[in-house]
Amino acid sequence: MAKTLEEINEKIRRGEVVVVTAEEMIEIVREKGAKEAARTVDVVTTGTFGAMCSSGAMMNLGHAKPRIKLGGGQVTLNGVPAYAGLAAVDIYLGASALPESDPRNAVYPGEFRYGGGHVIEDLVAGKEVLLEATTYGTDCYPRRQISTFITLEEMNEAYLFNPRNGYQNYNVAVNRSKRTIYTYMGTLQADLGSANYSSAGQLSPLFNDPYYRAAGIGTRLFLAGGVGYVVWQGTQHSPGTKRSDNGIPLGGAGTLAVIGDMKQMDTRYLRGASFRGYGTSLMIGLGLPIPVLDEEVAAQTGISDDDILAPIVDYSGAYPNREPEVLGHVSYAQLKSGSIEVAGKTVPATPLSSYPRAREIAETLKEWISAGKFELTAPVAPIPGAESGQVMKPMPDRPPTAGLE
Amino acid sequence: MEVTHRIVLRFPPAVSGKPIVYRLVRDFDLVFNILKATIGLEDQGLMVMEITGEEANYRKATDYLSKQGVRLQPLHQDISKDDDLCTDCGACVGVCPSEALRIERPSMKVVLDPDSCVACGECITACPVRAMKLTF
Ligand code: SF4
Ligand code: SF4
Repeated sequence: MAKTLEEINEKIRRGEVVVVTAEEMIEIVREKGAKEAARTVDVVTTGTFGAMCSSGAMMNLGHAKPRIKLGGGQVTLNGVPAYAGLAAVDIYLGASALPESDPRNAVYPGEFRYGGGHVIEDLVAGKEVLLEATTYGTDCYPRRQISTFITLEEMNEAYLFNPRNGYQNYNVAVNRSKRTIYTYMGTLQADLGSANYSSAGQLSPLFNDPYYRAAGIGTRLFLAGGVGYVVWQGTQHSPGTKRSDNGIPLGGAGTLAVIGDMKQMDTRYLRGASFRGYGTSLMIGLGLPIPVLDEEVAAQTGISDDDILAPIVDYSGAYPNREPEVLGHVSYAQLKSGSIEVAGKTVPATPLSSYPRAREIAETLKEWISAGKFELTAPVAPIPGAESGQVMKPMPDRPPTAGLE
Repeated sequence: MEVTHRIVLRFPPAVSGKPIVYRLVRDFDLVFNILKATIGLEDQGLMVMEITGEEANYRKATDYLSKQGVRLQPLHQDISKDDDLCTDCGACVGVCPSEALRIERPSMKVVLDPDSCVACGECITACPVRAMKLTF
C-alpha cells in the first residue's frame, strides 16, 4: 500500500510518525521484508560527515559609511581571499581558498593550517573575523579601503552554497608507488601500505536514494546542524555511472548542490580541515530524510554495507593521470572490517569520513522529525536520473596554436 | 653519574640506523635497548630506545647523532587527543605506526592508547582538525 508525502507530513504534525535511521532500517527490512517495512515505517533518515571541498559561503556584508564597492576589488577574511566579482558587498568564500602568504607545497608536504574552510568555521563559531579590502572609488562608492572586524551575526545574509556535496559512492584510494603520497584522500603509504575510503556507506544519503526519488530540487535536509535545501544537481553529477543489479553505482555518481543558512549551523557539523600536502577543505554534515512512500523505497533504504561496492584506485598513477584503471571493487562491509585485499596483498583500510558523526546526524534528523520540527518536502523538479545517461565529462586540452603567438 | 633516557630517533632516508646506533656503544660506552624500530613515512627510519650511561657521554652521543642528521625527541612527551575537537574521521589511524590510534568496532570511534604511542608525531599533521597534541 503506497503512502503520500502529505499523509506522512500529517502524521508528523499529529506526532504519530514512525521514523528510523537507515541503519535501523536494515534490520527492519531483513526481519519483516520490504512490504511490511513500507507499511510500518514512514521516514528513513540518513547522514554523512566528511570533507567536501566544493563548499563555500555566500555573504552580504552590509554597506560601509561612506560606501565601498568590493565588487571588482580585492577582499580577504582573516587573510583568506574571497571572490568579489559580484555587487558592492556580496562575496563568496570557498573552502579551499588559501592566504597569499601560505607556503602551499613549497615546504613539502605543506600543512595548510588555515584556509577558507577555517574562516567559515570561525564565523559559525561566532568569532570575529578580519575583513580587509582594497578597491577603486566611484562617484557612488567613494571609499577605497576598509579594515574591520565582522561577525556572522552582523552580516545580512550568510549561507553556505555548496556546489557539490553528498557524493553517491567514491573511490578507495591506494598508493602503488615507492613513496608516501599526500592526497585529498589523506596520507597514503607506499607499496599498498594503506587504503583510505570516504563514504558512510549504508548510512550515506544517496546510497539510500539511488535513483534520486527523495533528493531533487527543493528537498529539505539537514545541513551542518541547520535546515538546508537541495538547489540543483551537484557539479560532476554522473547518474549514468554503471550500477550493480541492486541499483547502486559502482563508482562516483550522483551529487547534490545544497544551500543553507549559516546562522543556524553548528561547528559540531561544520569544521575547517587541513589535508597535509593537499590543501584546506570543509567538513560538513549532511542528512537526507527519505519518505517511505512504497515497497521500493523500503527495499532501497534497507541496503547494507555488504551490498555497496566501491572502486579501488591508485592515487600515485591512475588517478593523477586520469586513467580509468580500477584495481577491483570492495564492499563497505569489507572496508569497515579494517582490511581489504588488493592485488593479493592485505591492506589496512581506514575511513576519512566519520561514521559515528554520520550516525549522530541521522539520529538528530530523526528526533527533529519525530518532534514535529521538520516536515518533508517533495522535489519541485527532479535532478537528472540514471535514464539520462549523463556522465561527467573531462576537461578539453586545446591550447591556442603556436602559430598565433 | 649514570642516567637513563628514553628517546625517539628519526633517521633521514639517506642514513641507515644500525651503524650509527652501534657507534653509541663503541665510542660512547652507552647501553641501549631498542623499544621499537620502524621504517615509517618518507622511508624515514624511526627508533625508540632506552639509553643508559654516563650523563656526559649521553650528551656527547646526542650531539653526534644530531650532526648525522638524526632528529631526537625525548619520549616523555605525551600525546593526547582532544575529544571535543576529534570528529572520529579516522585520518590519523592509517598513519600511526604503532596502532596507538585504533578504530573501535562496531562503534567506529577512534581511540588512543597512549601506552602504545611512540611519539612519532605523524598524527599531529595528519589530523585534518588538529585534534592531536603533543604536550611536554
Ligand atoms: S604520535 Fe600519533 S601517530 Fe605516532 S605513535 Fe603516537 S599516536 Fe601513533
Ligand atoms: S584524524 Fe583527528 S579528527 Fe580524525 S579521528 Fe584522528 S584525531 Fe580525530
